[in-house]
Amino acid sequence: MNRHKLETVVHGIFLIMGLITIACVLLITIYLVIAGIPAIREIGIVDFLFGEEWASTAAEPKFGILPFILTSIYGTAGAMLIGVPIGFMTAVFTAKVAPFKVRMIIEEAVSLLAGIPSVVYGLVGMLVLVPGIRELFDIPDGASLFAAIIVLAIMTLPSIINVSLTALEAVPKEYEEASLALGATEIETYFRVSVPAAKSGIAAAVVLGVGRAIGEAMAVMMVSGNAPNMPSLFESVRFLTTAVASEMSYSSGLQRQALFSIALVLFMFIMMINAALNFLMKRDKEN
Amino acid sequence: MKKSLALILSGLMAVSVLAGCSSSTEETTAAASEAETTTAAAADAETEAETEAETEAESEAEALSGAVATDGSTSMESVIGILGESFMQEYPDVTFTYNPTGSGSGITAVQEGRCDIGLSSRALKDEEVESGLKGETLCLDGIAIIVNPENPVEDLSIEQIGKMYTGEITNWSEVGGNDEEIVLIGREAGSGTRDGFESITGTEDACQYRQELTSTGDVITTVSQNPSAIGYASLSSISDSVKAITVEGVEATEDTVRDGSYKIQRPFVLVTKDGEELSPQAQAFYDYAMSSDVADLIAQAGAVAIH
Repeated sequence: MNRHKLETVVHGIFLIMGLITIACVLLITIYLVIAGIPAIREIGIVDFLFGEEWASTAAEPKFGILPFILTSIYGTAGAMLIGVPIGFMTAVFTAKVAPFKVRMIIEEAVSLLAGIPSVVYGLVGMLVLVPGIRELFDIPDGASLFAAIIVLAIMTLPSIINVSLTALEAVPKEYEEASLALGATEIETYFRVSVPAAKSGIAAAVVLGVGRAIGEAMAVMMVSGNAPNMPSLFESVRFLTTAVASEMSYSSGLQRQALFSIALVLFMFIMMINAALNFLMKRDKEN
Repeated sequence: MKKSLALILSGLMAVSVLAGCSSSTEETTAAASEAETTTAAAADAETEAETEAETEAESEAEALSGAVATDGSTSMESVIGILGESFMQEYPDVTFTYNPTGSGSGITAVQEGRCDIGLSSRALKDEEVESGLKGETLCLDGIAIIVNPENPVEDLSIEQIGKMYTGEITNWSEVGGNDEEIVLIGREAGSGTRDGFESITGTEDACQYRQELTSTGDVITTVSQNPSAIGYASLSSISDSVKAITVEGVEATEDTVRDGSYKIQRPFVLVTKDGEELSPQAQAFYDYAMSSDVADLIAQAGAVAIH
């Protein structure tokens, strides 16, 4: 009897814990929608999403966030262009080729990379990468989309490597053994058998990296220059995240509301990425 | 044994994650917390002042209660924050509020009686004085123009600075420097320093910034890293890693700001209705802010005290 009661109580506690998480997500979603809608209404959704000019405190304020949206997309795509090949190759090497000791070192390094706070990435970027780019490409200032892409590529490496690694390891040994027995070389086996078998896991890794890259604010803010220009590789640019972060502290009125609307747009992006991730994970399980 | 180890490890991780979070949020709101840190620094000075003031103020402090509402300039946030906080320590029953809306809205708020004291980071216009308002300067704010120490340029006129920021002058050689493209560093929209700089140089909404940074520290770091950069920052926060240039031949120091010879400066003004009496607690704050006792606090907040 008593044991039964205890069981019910513990059950209740776990339920409440679970509900807290759900409540947080709901609360944030509802708040963002409520806070984000008024400015979009006032500015007009077309002017807001496709306006090319952002001058939030000018005498005649303009609230067009197309530059931010495009910058976020280009920046993320650029980071993936650099990060995915490196991350993918590292994962294949670590999972299949590397001897045990080397593998340990790589795994340690990757988890350390994952643990570095983003502000540290930003700081190193600001003090080393930005002046480096300025001198290497002989441009007046190094703070640019390019600098942000490099930082984002490095920051997304751990998620790409870790998830791909898990997917590659889950490939049944029999597949590879069968391939080797048929006369394929090791490298052929890894790329023709293991990788295709793990492809949805690897795709999930890429999507996770995209999510990390598009949501990053701190590191990007310190290296991208933050001027609301249309994106161009060596120009100063502003991302969706940094648009919110950089102006929030002193904002007021419509400017502040518009910042919430930007956050809402960003939230929509993240939701789409999560949906894609869920889809891939599910397919992976079914396979 | 293993379990407890795992627990400790996961606990440690949670702590480090939290620490990571707080450090990054600190950075993002660096501009906002700048004011807070200076307030915190002021706490020491306050405790000293408190012991002296406590005895004499106690009888008075009990009599004063209610609210003091201020409204206006966002640039005055750090100054008014530090003053409000120390004032509330002396008069614990008084609630001090500050509404950062901008100089124009603050002045309107006084006119409409929505606040006790308006805060303006520019002198009152003639028509505002005629409409029955009184402005008294609380302190001065100097904005230094900074370049990289490697930059040979020593002096610029306000007109040259304005032309540089609007993109009319794009190369340092046009103002006597090296043949390098000028890199304009500024602050984010809504920043008080940006607002002050742009209004003094007449470049409102026309600046072609290469970088818009969110704190004075970032501006100084960036300028110190780039030989062709120019930036602006509050006078009090200039460090040795950058070179503050002279403007129309005058060096930016507290003294030159105070005597008016350094041009890139503006007054921080307390605005009240002329001829109308303030509530006792608002009057007490007004007198407190204008007294010479708070000069240290004002200096800590990065402005130049004049009383």
